[in-house]
Amino acid sequence: MSESIIQMKEVNKWFGDFQVLKDINLDVKEKQKIVVCGPSGSGKSTLIRCINRLEEHQKGQIIVDGNELSEKTKDIEKIRAEVGMVFQQFNLFPHLSILDNCTLAPIWVKKTPKKKAEELAMKQLEQVQISDQAMKFPGQLSGGQQQRAALARALCMEPKIMLFDEPTSALDPEMIKEVLDAMVNLAKAGMTMIVVTHEMGFAKEVADEVVFMDEGMIVERAKTNDFFANPKNDRTKLFLSQIL
Amino acid sequence: MNNINVLKPRRENFQTYLYVGSGLIFVSIFDVILRSFFSLNFSSFLPGILNLFFPLIIGLVGLQMIRLEYSGNRIVDKINESVNNNTFNAGLTLLIIFLTLLATPPALNWMIFDATISGDTKEACVGSEGACWTYIKVWFRRFMYGMYPNEFHWRINTAFMILIGFAFVGYFMRGKLKNYITFYYAIFYPIIAFIIINFLISGGSFGLEWVETNAWGGLSLTFIVSFFGLIFCFPLGMILALGRRSELPVIRYISIGYIEFWRGVPLITVLFMSSVMFPMFLPSDAFVDKLIRVIAAIILFEAAYVAEVIRGGLQALPRGQYDAAKSLGMGYWRMQIFVILPQALKLVIPGIANTFLALVKDTPLIFVVGLSEVVGMLQMAKTNPKWLGFAMEGYIFASILFWAICYAMSKYSQYLELKYKTER
Repeated sequence: MSESIIQMKEVNKWFGDFQVLKDINLDVKEKQKIVVCGPSGSGKSTLIRCINRLEEHQKGQIIVDGNELSEKTKDIEKIRAEVGMVFQQFNLFPHLSILDNCTLAPIWVKKTPKKKAEELAMKQLEQVQISDQAMKFPGQLSGGQQQRAALARALCMEPKIMLFDEPTSALDPEMIKEVLDAMVNLAKAGMTMIVVTHEMGFAKEVADEVVFMDEGMIVERAKTNDFFANPKNDRTKLFLSQIL
Repeated sequence: MNNINVLKPRRENFQTYLYVGSGLIFVSIFDVILRSFFSLNFSSFLPGILNLFFPLIIGLVGLQMIRLEYSGNRIVDKINESVNNNTFNAGLTLLIIFLTLLATPPALNWMIFDATISGDTKEACVGSEGACWTYIKVWFRRFMYGMYPNEFHWRINTAFMILIGFAFVGYFMRGKLKNYITFYYAIFYPIIAFIIINFLISGGSFGLEWVETNAWGGLSLTFIVSFFGLIFCFPLGMILALGRRSELPVIRYISIGYIEFWRGVPLITVLFMSSVMFPMFLPSDAFVDKLIRVIAAIILFEAAYVAEVIRGGLQALPRGQYDAAKSLGMGYWRMQIFVILPQALKLVIPGIANTFLALVKDTPLIFVVGLSEVVGMLQMAKTNPKWLGFAMEGYIFASILFWAICYAMSKYSQYLELKYKTER
């Protein structure tokens, strides 16, 4: 494997008095796919939101693609542009068409010419099979289509890393598959991915490693097969027995 | 069988009740119409108070008789649902209808049939019972242009024509020019407006005689003050709203301080200060025109209100929108301009319209500094010794003017709301 693209060292974070992250150590190598799971409130979302600094950590070190994230980081926008993110609630921009959603950031952040940005956007929308919806507004699409559009929007920035914050949790059961399929395709294309999810089927299929979190700590980290076959920690066993 | 049951319709005999009930309602309304339009009273054989309330009682009985849920008749159901769901509402409805009918003939008589519009002097109206529209006719130019010299009124008219023309330029912008439409209206248009007003209405060059702003007035002044007020208080308010939500304490506290200060003082004192106190703080040779000072005061004042309205819209947006914009690598200004403000401003169109209407209706307050727009001119005309006693006509005229302006604005805001509506 090549070198680490994300390194987290002794990362701590508090919300007021409540400590959400406790001494998190995590490094992710290029093209690695990591699934983060754990009970709700365990700090999974906060962990990945720290990676593109939507949340600020108070102690420790986070290095993304060679840049350390801290208050002193000058071009946080540049780092964010290289880290794509897909949210639980899609967060498409409701006042813009799907195509405009996809081209907004490439045009105004990366200064891509409009024509080229639109071509790229159509290609990405093709990939997630909603190119026929490009002119519609987010409100006119189903949940699954919206989430795929959000994925395409993130990919239009041609990121090096993709973060997924429970991408299927707000979807109807029958729409989960279409989103997961799109994510599997992306994984096969060799993207570096960190995915917070409860979809263990997805984890088994694509993840290189699974990270289990509880109460702000990483309880267990293991190769996917080992993780499901013989979990070491009692807490992990309990969790797996409940969801599998 | 008691009385209530007799009046209560049953499904099987509803047809009969419907005929009798609507007959009674018709009779009651007919009675009121006879009384008010023809001074006839066919129930005068009844004793005093009964006679007075005869239509009300008959009407109530009638409405009572047609009150049946799901009667099967669409019109009756509609009436029952909206105005006839109980005796109290039925009574109120009848009362309002009757009072309107009773008030119509005198109002029509005063405003139209007995009114005078001919002649050019007060004498034309002497002896007439109705309104004296001659007064409005004679003073019309003053109400429109204030004390601006009559022979120069064409300058105001031309200036306004040109400005209206420039306002439509946006419609003809096509293709690449379309990207500059906001820039045109936000920056270029106000500058054009200022230049045109400065050279054409104010004058002083190109052979046009200078007319000092004290002479400006009437509806044209209302338009000038409102126009600059609206155009500038909006961007200022937007910046203040963003400032109040800024993460930088200095900017935030300055914005909060500004907003709370201007919201806390009455407009009338602000206007007064701008015209009386402000010049004292200036070096003696510096001169800022009174009208400009007054418009500036209005802008600063209204911006605080606009800011709070816009802040409401900003707060209504879910945090996910900020997250998404940031995660795509947008900086603060790109995020605000492309993602946050378009959505927030769309949400607050009704609130902004509200503030703008209030601004237009606040313009008469500039009388405290000696500037007279429509209402100010009205006051002047009202106290003119030759034309005493026509305050009513003047105020009705001003109300109609303001209502028309404000209604147009309100309609336009509804149009914008519809235009920018997207499904969430």
